[in-house]
Amino acid sequence: MTSQNPTFYPAEDRVKMAASLRCFLRSGKNAVSALRRQAFHGSAPAAVQVTVRDALNQAMDEELERDERVFLLGEEVAQYDGAYKVSRGLWKKYGDKRIIDTPISEMGFAGIAVGSAMAGLRPICEFMTFNFSMQAIDQVINSAAKTYYMSAGLQAVPIVFRGPNGSSAGVAAQHSQCFAAWYSHCPGLKVVSPWNSEDAKGLLKAAIRDDNPVVFLENELMYGVAFEMSEETQSKDFTIPIGKAKIERQGNHVTLVSHSRYVGHCLDAAAVLAKEGIECEVINMRTIRPMDVETIETSVMKTNHLVTVEGGWPQFGVGAEICARIMEGPAFNYLDSPVTRVTGVDIPMPYAKILEDHSVPQIKDIIFSVKKTLNV
Amino acid sequence: MTSVWRFVSNALCRITGRKVGSTVVVSNSLNEFTTRASFDIKKCDLHGLEAGPPLKTELSRDEGLRFYRTMQVMRRMELKADQLYKQKIIRGFCHLYDGQEACAAGVEAAIDPSDHLITAYRAHGYTYTRGVSVREILAELTGRRGGVAKGKGGSMHMYAPNFYGGNGIVGAQVPLGAGIALACKYQGNNQICVTLYGDGAANQGQIFEAFNMAALWKLPCLFICENNKYGMGTSVERASASTDYYKRGHFMPGIRVDGMDVLCVREATKFAADHCRTGKGPIIMELQTYRYHGHSMSDPGVSYRTREEIQEVRSKNDPISLLKERMLSSNMASVEEFKEIDIEIRKEVEDATQFATSDSEPPLEELCNHIFSNNPPLQVRGTHPWAKLKSSS
Repeated sequence: MTSQNPTFYPAEDRVKMAASLRCFLRSGKNAVSALRRQAFHGSAPAAVQVTVRDALNQAMDEELERDERVFLLGEEVAQYDGAYKVSRGLWKKYGDKRIIDTPISEMGFAGIAVGSAMAGLRPICEFMTFNFSMQAIDQVINSAAKTYYMSAGLQAVPIVFRGPNGSSAGVAAQHSQCFAAWYSHCPGLKVVSPWNSEDAKGLLKAAIRDDNPVVFLENELMYGVAFEMSEETQSKDFTIPIGKAKIERQGNHVTLVSHSRYVGHCLDAAAVLAKEGIECEVINMRTIRPMDVETIETSVMKTNHLVTVEGGWPQFGVGAEICARIMEGPAFNYLDSPVTRVTGVDIPMPYAKILEDHSVPQIKDIIFSVKKTLNV
Repeated sequence: MTSVWRFVSNALCRITGRKVGSTVVVSNSLNEFTTRASFDIKKCDLHGLEAGPPLKTELSRDEGLRFYRTMQVMRRMELKADQLYKQKIIRGFCHLYDGQEACAAGVEAAIDPSDHLITAYRAHGYTYTRGVSVREILAELTGRRGGVAKGKGGSMHMYAPNFYGGNGIVGAQVPLGAGIALACKYQGNNQICVTLYGDGAANQGQIFEAFNMAALWKLPCLFICENNKYGMGTSVERASASTDYYKRGHFMPGIRVDGMDVLCVREATKFAADHCRTGKGPIIMELQTYRYHGHSMSDPGVSYRTREEIQEVRSKNDPISLLKERMLSSNMASVEEFKEIDIEIRKEVEDATQFATSDSEPPLEELCNHIFSNNPPLQVRGTHPWAKLKSSS
């Protein structure tokens, strides 16, 4: 059901794959170990390589098949196969009733999606990018997030808002904002930010099955990146619990906490640092709200050092929230140095490549920050 | 005998100055009331329609008394809310519906309980017609645990089966209503969604987005604009380049209806609901109505309109009086009967008030509940880090 033509990748995919390859090579001295880490972890016999895009596609396909109340609406999701081809093949399989192309009316169709959820359906509302969700943000917050509370439990809103979030490549300021902090500010919403294919599939399935409004933040640069998926993760019932972080790499010297694309950057940085004898514990948040603080605290109480890494702006960001929580909890007394935040630069995203590259955290920034935090 | 009644009826018409032409159906004896009568109703202006609602309607005595009762309950409930607000027992926002009763009563009479309805913040009337008791409405306004939303919603956030509030953000309820209609069509249940908004909201962009999609996808959505001539303090002439709200759907058919005549509202809604239900797609109804109170309880309502105007509507066009006079002049009920109903209603509202002012406030343990549906309990941060509060579904 995924790709009718598995060897054909649109231009953007080839660019993304080249970007991820460059990323591995940038991580430096040893590209092979990076590749090995990505592609060949675990020796499950029936593991396959699946791109994040295909993992999302599979998740939606399986949930559409499982529950006839589930449907997808958004711009270009049907006949165009999705602006980023995430919903490729779904319209052909499920037709006009379940896969609905909308006019360019974010506020309108987000409201329609929320209304349909109130009346018993389980919509997946796609924003072409989360930048456009700002047009509809009132429906997400005031109509979706708050309703179960305002009605004292009379009216649930089982809806998923999904789409690419954060920076892409060369799309400039209006198309590059990260909304993790904005949505995670609000009670009544769950906010999820997958990194790899397993995350994408398991979390999207969980989000669709959740009876609450879930903001599902994807990343365009990750769509074309392939990861190994074990046999277990390929099962139609495989879901990942919302609200639980995952430790991607064990380590003793410093805790790196990240979400989405930057988890990969953290792992690359960890590989470089390992050669210098610094062992990083890398935590993939997976869910931003409700945040799994316990996993972070347990790790900090072991490593005594914390570095947060995100693509969004620093002020009032995800890292800022983590800092505050650590200070308020048991892990504070275990810190040997203040928490360090690695974030996007506090500017609108520029266009020129050299400027764009320097607007987001690079692997060298993470390495530098870790060393500063460890005072080495 | 018929001519005698017609003479009486005509005389009464001249006395009341009302064009209540009626063909009277006489029952068995002089002492009994007319059980059924036919009334002329005002012709509706049409947009994009060849034919509209009928010009005559029948009303039975029972239906008439029910209408009277429903509208009088709404009236007394809103006036009680006014009183409680002035006593500071109701706080925050309180947008009262008195004057507009015929809209809520007429609409509900023309749809089924299994149909859906959503409106904006002037919602107490619809909350009642959609099945919530006066007791639960007033207790919600006073913020008590016996309120329909356990005191957590307040005036603008009351819900019931197939009633989706009560919505505070002007215009946001319109796409929601179109979405509910989409669910009806998706599920093939032959139900419609009545989606209400005001003359102020009629200029919201998202409404036109909803119109477009509803028409495109032929959603069974009955859009109703309650035009009470003022969006807060701004008259329709000062807010809209076109005040023909029934035409604002452009490609969507529309009807303009006398919203002060409950029978007119009922017939028009029947017509419009049928249009939706038979797969013809969405339709707009503009109900021309009036609110006696200001925009909300913090608005005296006389800085942007004259007291004379309000008084004029009260004396000449009040929806409850209109119905009462019709029924009296057709001998469908007596003055004493109406008085008795008023007394019953007064008691009902007093009892509800007694409950709403004596019931306890919600327990503090409820503070963080109802964040998520169907979810294991979670911890919620209180005002400081040591306040670890519990949230259940």
